[in-house]
Amino acid sequence: MNILNTHILTLVTFIPAAGGLLLLLVPRRDRDIRIFSLIVSLLTFGLSLHLVARVHRMLPGFQYEIDRAWISTPNIHYHMGVDGISMWLVLLTTFLTPLCVLISWNSIHERVKEFFILLLVLETALIGVFTSLDLFLFYFFWESTLIPMALLIGIYGHGRKVYAAVKFFLYTMVASVFMLAAVIWLYAHVGSFDFVTIQNAIRTGQVEGFSTAAPWLFIGFFLAFAVKVPLFPFHTWLPDAHVEAPTAGSVLLAGVLLKMGTYGLLRFNLGLFPEQSRHNAPWICTLALVGIVYGALVAMVQPNLKRVIAYSSVSHLGFVVLGIFSFTQAGLNGAMFVMLAHGISTGALFMLAGIIFERKHSYEIADMGGLATPMPKYATFFLFITLASVGLPLLNGFVGEFLVLSGAFQANPWYGTIGATGVIWSACYLLWMYQRVFFGKVTHPENSTLADLSAREQLALWPTAVAALVMGVAPLLWLNIIDPAVQAALTPFAQVASKVVGQ
Amino acid sequence: MNPTLPVGADYVRILPEIVLSIFGMAIMVLDPLVDEKKSQQLLGGLGLIGTLAGLVSTWIMAQSPGFAFWNMVQVDGFSVFFHVLVIAIALVLILTSYEYMAVQQLRAGEYYGLILFGLVGMCLMSSAVELVLIFISLEISSISTYILAGFRRRSATSSESSLKYFLLGSFATAFFLYGVAMMFGATGSTNIDAISAALNSGKVPLLAYVAMALMFVGLGFKVAAAPFHIWTPDVYEGAPAPVVGFMSTAPKAAAFAVLLRIIFEANAPGRFWLIWLSAVLSMTLGNVAALVQDNVKRLLAYSSIAHAGYILVAFAAKPELGAPAVMFYTAAYAAMNVGAFAVVSHLANENERYVTLENYAGLGRSSPILAGTLTIFLISLIGIPITGGFFAKFYVFSAALQSNLVWLTIIGVINSAIGAYYYLKIIVVMYMREAREEVPVLPIPLALRAALALTLAATVYLGVVPGRMLTFVQQSAQQLLQAEHTSAREQVGNAAVPRATQ
Repeated sequence: MNILNTHILTLVTFIPAAGGLLLLLVPRRDRDIRIFSLIVSLLTFGLSLHLVARVHRMLPGFQYEIDRAWISTPNIHYHMGVDGISMWLVLLTTFLTPLCVLISWNSIHERVKEFFILLLVLETALIGVFTSLDLFLFYFFWESTLIPMALLIGIYGHGRKVYAAVKFFLYTMVASVFMLAAVIWLYAHVGSFDFVTIQNAIRTGQVEGFSTAAPWLFIGFFLAFAVKVPLFPFHTWLPDAHVEAPTAGSVLLAGVLLKMGTYGLLRFNLGLFPEQSRHNAPWICTLALVGIVYGALVAMVQPNLKRVIAYSSVSHLGFVVLGIFSFTQAGLNGAMFVMLAHGISTGALFMLAGIIFERKHSYEIADMGGLATPMPKYATFFLFITLASVGLPLLNGFVGEFLVLSGAFQANPWYGTIGATGVIWSACYLLWMYQRVFFGKVTHPENSTLADLSAREQLALWPTAVAALVMGVAPLLWLNIIDPAVQAALTPFAQVASKVVGQ
Repeated sequence: MNPTLPVGADYVRILPEIVLSIFGMAIMVLDPLVDEKKSQQLLGGLGLIGTLAGLVSTWIMAQSPGFAFWNMVQVDGFSVFFHVLVIAIALVLILTSYEYMAVQQLRAGEYYGLILFGLVGMCLMSSAVELVLIFISLEISSISTYILAGFRRRSATSSESSLKYFLLGSFATAFFLYGVAMMFGATGSTNIDAISAALNSGKVPLLAYVAMALMFVGLGFKVAAAPFHIWTPDVYEGAPAPVVGFMSTAPKAAAFAVLLRIIFEANAPGRFWLIWLSAVLSMTLGNVAALVQDNVKRLLAYSSIAHAGYILVAFAAKPELGAPAVMFYTAAYAAMNVGAFAVVSHLANENERYVTLENYAGLGRSSPILAGTLTIFLISLIGIPITGGFFAKFYVFSAALQSNLVWLTIIGVINSAIGAYYYLKIIVVMYMREAREEVPVLPIPLALRAALALTLAATVYLGVVPGRMLTFVQQSAQQLLQAEHTSAREQVGNAAVPRATQ
């Protein structure tokens, strides 16, 4: 068991990529490739469950750590570990990937092999981002996500896919070079890339010139993460990327890639620069609030199903950032929970959008209408997920948003008040969209013969629906593990606060 | 200094040069004797064996480090590194040329001989510690490359390329020579160790600054650093594609080796702003101009200017950090760029007809292997993880930041973000656009497969497990810098005595 505990993160991280490499060698029999990818992704998911099963709930620090020297000079380590925050994000990734495989079963019929290779490599990169504790390793995985994702959008997308892929790539690439500069600065002055070492060095004030550089370092990290989240006004790549991406790409993009940004803010901006975080919180929270309201308002007027969901992501991720920069326990717990809930419900919404696209080859809401009549099962799933996303109590969206808002109220009543309107807005645009798509008479005669969900599609959707329900009914299963990690992340803030009070 | 006859060890220390010259001459002699149809295989094979023998003799040379020929040649980790690098590049070049020459219907003949002669010059450049010898070896390497650039005889652009390269190149070497003369005037020696000692022993004469600047002009031309880069796009566009891969890496690596010796070993005066400016200009001009190119060879030409800029960033850093970063970068750049050009030369087809971006459309479908390989090289040129390019860039910028060159680093990282766009453009065209006209893709011959496998393996190796390479370059850089200081001190001692008696 001990051996498994030390190597579990390596296994979970690299099994998908190993599967992808094996795929390189197999002949192009599309069916076998699909089945193989499904098996690999399920195996990864199964192994990642081990993380939850064996976790020490009360321990705040990193678990399942593995720390090996990778390169001696510069001092780079293969250092991985998860805490209550990153563990769930790993699980979210491994949970969504098999569903992505299922949902792409028939919709991808050209260059199938390459598609699944890219998908599996992307999974490895994503898991690596959440498990790395060495800043270099983190950057390594962070940049590795770019190419597979850009190729997924650019090759398998539709419409202006090339434009979307290049825009996605350049936005994130440009932003992350600033993070690279900050990472190198830290290495130059600390002599290590190790997250924990750097954190301790900063806390004990051993880093020379840190006080003058800290604002710039904070901005360097912040830019990279803010573009990824995406925080208003860096969000313009997102709608394009989402709309043109293939379904699986959208699911992983919304479900996991965006969380890389919020995870980074939480882990690195808060973890390394507590004082700067506090100092910059007002304008960041303002941007988050603008994002919540603006995203919702723009979502409301979109004529395209995927664009509605894309802008709803901008709005929901605003909640996450607001929660993180409220520096309250409730806010951070909530932010984490929104990340997970959003990953599942938005992932499901994109799958649903993809299912209708397979039948109609359109995302335009105007082309739909009255779909509940020909596709009752589809409509039921869609309603369930929509309600989860709106934040209906007892479904997953509610818990997180509630916690974030209560945290935001503690930090500043205005944040809470404006943020709370976001919940109303999201009900407006999502329910209105639902009404236009499903209720009423069938407006286009060709729609009356649309096929309802197939067994495979249901298989992909059921897990998300069940997860949405369980997360809503028993959020403590998640929060119990999240909470110690969040408390640990918040300790410096308690100290900062007491310093201020002391003065 | 009492001139004794060279001993056996002296010859061992230039063994690779000797072996390469012998093979080069053998090719020249055999050329008229063999049947033209067979010449490709025979002479190419001989060239291949020549480079392999060169590698073996480098290994033998590495066993006896030290000075040779009255302190004109120095064998240390540093020179061994560059020997291996340039010979390996030539090896890949020959593997690539095999098919290329046949497709272009060019006579093999002196082609392979010239490659080996060029190599002799480049190898000597990396081990020479005497400015006059450096000049001579620079000429040997340059003259071979001038001719190689014009090897597509029937094409006007190739002749233009050769002529331009020759005229501007000889102009630039003259600058270098002028600098050498002035350095001699300023310090009384052409030996780098002695120069280093003279420059570090008190007031630096104004003449030394001028000399330094002039030498930088000459070498700046060779590495295609701005503002001495104007020749690059035209020459690269016209020259045969495999030769461009060679020209953009091997002579550059050798010139960087010389720059390392002159700048770091001799601790050249007044270099900082010179290099700073040239680095910024190269990166910016190279990247910005590359954005609008639609000929792949031109695009890669501008990209090579930008990469020279990144390498110059390391020259502005502290010697002990900058020198290993330069060495690592040249190696990584060689792997990825030679590989990229191997793909380009295969696709170029007869008369290099297919070298525009448009011709690459749909390659992802028509030849997944070539497209995939080229993608990895391009990813490496962008600087994305799991490739050598990423690590090289990281290492350069980390050296710069550790030397407190914050602005230079920021300009550098912004530039590498700009650079991402045009490399990505090629990837996009290959995978996401349909071919407008049918571009024939020839089957990939064995030699080319070997060339691609070698460069690909090197690129990934340097990106995933660069540890050994890093340790090696650090050690040899340390040797380079320390050797400088100790020998400089000796030289000071020696020089001081006669002066005092006078």
